[in-house]
Amino acid sequence: MTPLLSVRNIKKTYGARIGCTDVSFDLFPGEVMGIVGESGSGKSTLLNCLAGHLEADRGQVIFDTRADGPMDTLQMSEPERRMLGRTDWAFVHQHARDGLRMSVSAGGNIGERLMAVGDRHYGNIRERAIDWLGRVEIAENRVDDRPSAFSGGMQQRLQIARNLVTGPRLVFMDEPTGGLDVSVQARLLDLLRGLVREMGLSAIIVTHDLAVVRLLADRLMVMKDGHVVETGLTDQVLDDPQHAYTQLLVSSVLQV
Amino acid sequence: MNDYNFAYLDEQTKRMIRRAILKGLAVPGYQVPFASREMPMPYGWGTGGVQVSAATLTPEDTLKVIDQGADDTTNAVSIRKFFERTAGVATTEETEQASVIQTRHRIPEADLTEDQILVYQVPIPEPLRFLEPRETETRKMHSLEEYGLMHVKLYEDISQHGAIATSYAYPVMVQDRYVMDPSPIPKFDNPKMEMAAIQLFGAGREQRIYAVPPYTKVVSLDFEDYPFEASKADHPCDLCGAEDSYLDEVILDDAGNRMFVCSDTDYCRSRRAAGHVGRLGTEDAA
Repeated sequence: MTPLLSVRNIKKTYGARIGCTDVSFDLFPGEVMGIVGESGSGKSTLLNCLAGHLEADRGQVIFDTRADGPMDTLQMSEPERRMLGRTDWAFVHQHARDGLRMSVSAGGNIGERLMAVGDRHYGNIRERAIDWLGRVEIAENRVDDRPSAFSGGMQQRLQIARNLVTGPRLVFMDEPTGGLDVSVQARLLDLLRGLVREMGLSAIIVTHDLAVVRLLADRLMVMKDGHVVETGLTDQVLDDPQHAYTQLLVSSVLQV
Repeated sequence: MNDYNFAYLDEQTKRMIRRAILKGLAVPGYQVPFASREMPMPYGWGTGGVQVSAATLTPEDTLKVIDQGADDTTNAVSIRKFFERTAGVATTEETEQASVIQTRHRIPEADLTEDQILVYQVPIPEPLRFLEPRETETRKMHSLEEYGLMHVKLYEDISQHGAIATSYAYPVMVQDRYVMDPSPIPKFDNPKMEMAAIQLFGAGREQRIYAVPPYTKVVSLDFEDYPFEASKADHPCDLCGAEDSYLDEVILDDAGNRMFVCSDTDYCRSRRAAGHVGRLGTEDAA
């Protein structure tokens, strides 16, 4: 089986400081991988390098494209990479307002990716926007409201709809539940889990919340100071942590 | 004669502007940056158009200046006088007589010919600006032909108003490559942009020049199920009776009476001179 994404020796430095270094892994179709670590451990840097938002200093990010098979996205031309960014890839930001156009209606936000790949039929675009609002549990009559009129949880769900409307195969998520209260988090996780299973998505989820990865991720990668210190199946890593830092991380979770 | 260099600008500046114009003509619809000069008028009054006209004019040219189609409004009169004084060129109000026409927000009703140049004054040259405020990003979008966002604007129009409500500065695709802001002309004028004359666009404050060469393909953006429509007020002109011209609405009194007149004053005048009379016109009006 060809991995959907193979990452080899990714390194990114900010001057003398290390962002992340020597990161390698394979992600297979339908697999969800979690990246955990404390703030400053390089997990967001890694995610941004993979998604092409930051230029890595070294390494390869080989993606199994629909048309041409495995290709190194870091060597691709910018138009090709941006095309991937709005078709096969999706990026869910921690803050919904980074990923949404706040001055454009919910329907327009969802429709943007469709129009970007050439859909020019208003009726179809609107129909799909409404369909997706339903899938992320936003009432149909909010389709013409701006996201600024939405609650934080709704904005995050709208961002997810906007990203998934073109049927991507790989989703990058940066702290998708950050800043939301726990009941909203739970429903969002439920929704994400449903969508991931239903659409057969592969996903890379960056978070510092171990509960999130416990629910969503098949596999886990623990980062500290820019290095990967431990990898393995989620349950294995969380129930039997080997590295001292992972042990600290797991034991730091409050037991309610 | 007077102490101004011909057409106010110095020769080096005019060469710089001509280079930008030539580049613009070579890459239709592409916004060419240029070193816009201070002009003796405020930004927003046509400083870009004036600089393009100054670089385009020769002593043999005949200049016409219109503002919203009219030859006799403040902007048009002052720019015409400016070039009468600084260039000493002949001026006219008749579209057919002019070799260079500087315009604000209209295309003349009469068909332009291959010997004519139409110079537009442009306030904001970037059609994507209201959707994407970063210049670095809009440039990238143009270079990569990422124009999905332009349709988001039209989508918003339909979802809010039931139809594409953008009625002026209606975005166009030039020669299947660049999305361009046609300056705030009414969308009624958009189909006329596939014309025989050279069209030059100058934005002084934003320091951009762009161009549409003769007979270039200019397509107004739309949706399959909401096609582009060149709209105008559904009336004939009350002075000359023209049914095919773009109209201004004029409120006559507090009782709700109004009249519609051609916004192109020269077109209206020539029709009345030829004997056409509208609802409120008189035989000897012209």
